[in-house]
Amino acid sequence: MSGNPDAAAAGGEWPLWEVFVRSKAGLDHKHCGSLHAPDAKAAVQLAREVYTRRQEGTSIWVVRSDQIVASDPGDKDMYFDPMADKVYRHPTFYELPDAVNHM
Amino acid sequence: MYTQAMDTAPREERSALEDAALQQRFDARIDAGEFIEAKDWMPEHYRKTLVRQISQHAHSEIVGMLPEGHWITRAPTLKRKAILLAKVQDEGGHGLYLYAAAETLGTSRDQLLDALHTGKAKYSSIFNYPTLSWADVGVIGWLVDGAAIMNQVPLCRCSYAPYARAMVRICREESFHQRQGFDALHVMMTRGTEAQRAMVQDAVDRWWWPSLMMFGPPDAASTHSEQSMRWGIKRISNDDLRQKFVDATAEQARVLGVTLPDPDLKWNEQRGHHDFGAIDWAEFWRVVGGDGPCNRERLATRVAAWDDGAWVREAALAHERKRATKEMAA
Repeated sequence: MSGNPDAAAAGGEWPLWEVFVRSKAGLDHKHCGSLHAPDAKAAVQLAREVYTRRQEGTSIWVVRSDQIVASDPGDKDMYFDPMADKVYRHPTFYELPDAVNHM
Repeated sequence: MYTQAMDTAPREERSALEDAALQQRFDARIDAGEFIEAKDWMPEHYRKTLVRQISQHAHSEIVGMLPEGHWITRAPTLKRKAILLAKVQDEGGHGLYLYAAAETLGTSRDQLLDALHTGKAKYSSIFNYPTLSWADVGVIGWLVDGAAIMNQVPLCRCSYAPYARAMVRICREESFHQRQGFDALHVMMTRGTEAQRAMVQDAVDRWWWPSLMMFGPPDAASTHSEQSMRWGIKRISNDDLRQKFVDATAEQARVLGVTLPDPDLKWNEQRGHHDFGAIDWAEFWRVVGGDGPCNRERLATRVAAWDDGAWVREAALAHERKRATKEMAA
């Protein structure tokens, strides 16, 4: 896991990590919250204590919050709305004869 | 997402006209029952109100570990000790979920803790009462956590999504807290000695009124209520929640076989609710103002824990710096 000595040296506060938990085998990891930890190993250990006290998970990912790149909520319309008029991407768009409509 | 670290884009200068448009759009989203996320535009007052409320809530969870933690080494059986350990650990976890939610609003963990430690921020006044007997642990679960659940369930629908998500998780875990408390009391009331039953009654006598105060001042005197209702931060009024709690608890007290210390408590057929006696609000304001039985002790314990742990926090960071520097050199 790549370290970032500059960020760690910047202040006395432990950096922030995002926590993702796989609730059971076969499912994907899902974001469940965040926590402060001094390093990656400690972040995984603390995530276990904070987010899986009741068998909520079988696997944990952590990632430094400042390493996440996200879409801008201000661009939400531009990014996601064009999909609204592409109804032909959905199977329900197609009306087929009753005899085969459950295909 | 809970991250505040991404919120570093320079703020653009906006005209008053644009601000008005943003405000209008925000109000419309609130009215439509939409959730507000961390990076969405929000009025400064909404942000401040949330930071105050969420951090107070977080502080309450953390300070709330102290009165019960007091009994971990004195729990009567290994089973009760394991249960109490799990419960106190939960309270710590709840504090962490809530601090993380508050941090999404652009404040830092250190700032939040500093406000607690310097006495600038408040926490629930209930934790300024002492836990004098083992029955107090049970009564805290039954009454204090019961009142907290009543308060917290509506917050799962709070308009600020990171807070709402934290509350969903907390409410799911809190139910165990209330039930274990009732169970501990029930065992003493049904299978205990006369002295144990008297101990339970004594604890109920001391915690009943402070528990009713947990819902906050009466609606008429609640300064932030109206605006918070408008913003969907608060969904049900203090007095309505208090009434709901009294109605639920009166029945539970009968099952338990204890008397709630209020001669005016009785069912009112007409209202379809229990009537209850007047709350001593002077006591409430005294305890909120810092002059309860344990205010100084609680804060001093909390500050000492933080100060005594400073070397651990620093050593962990130093260790990581050393490791990262070595890795970069390799």
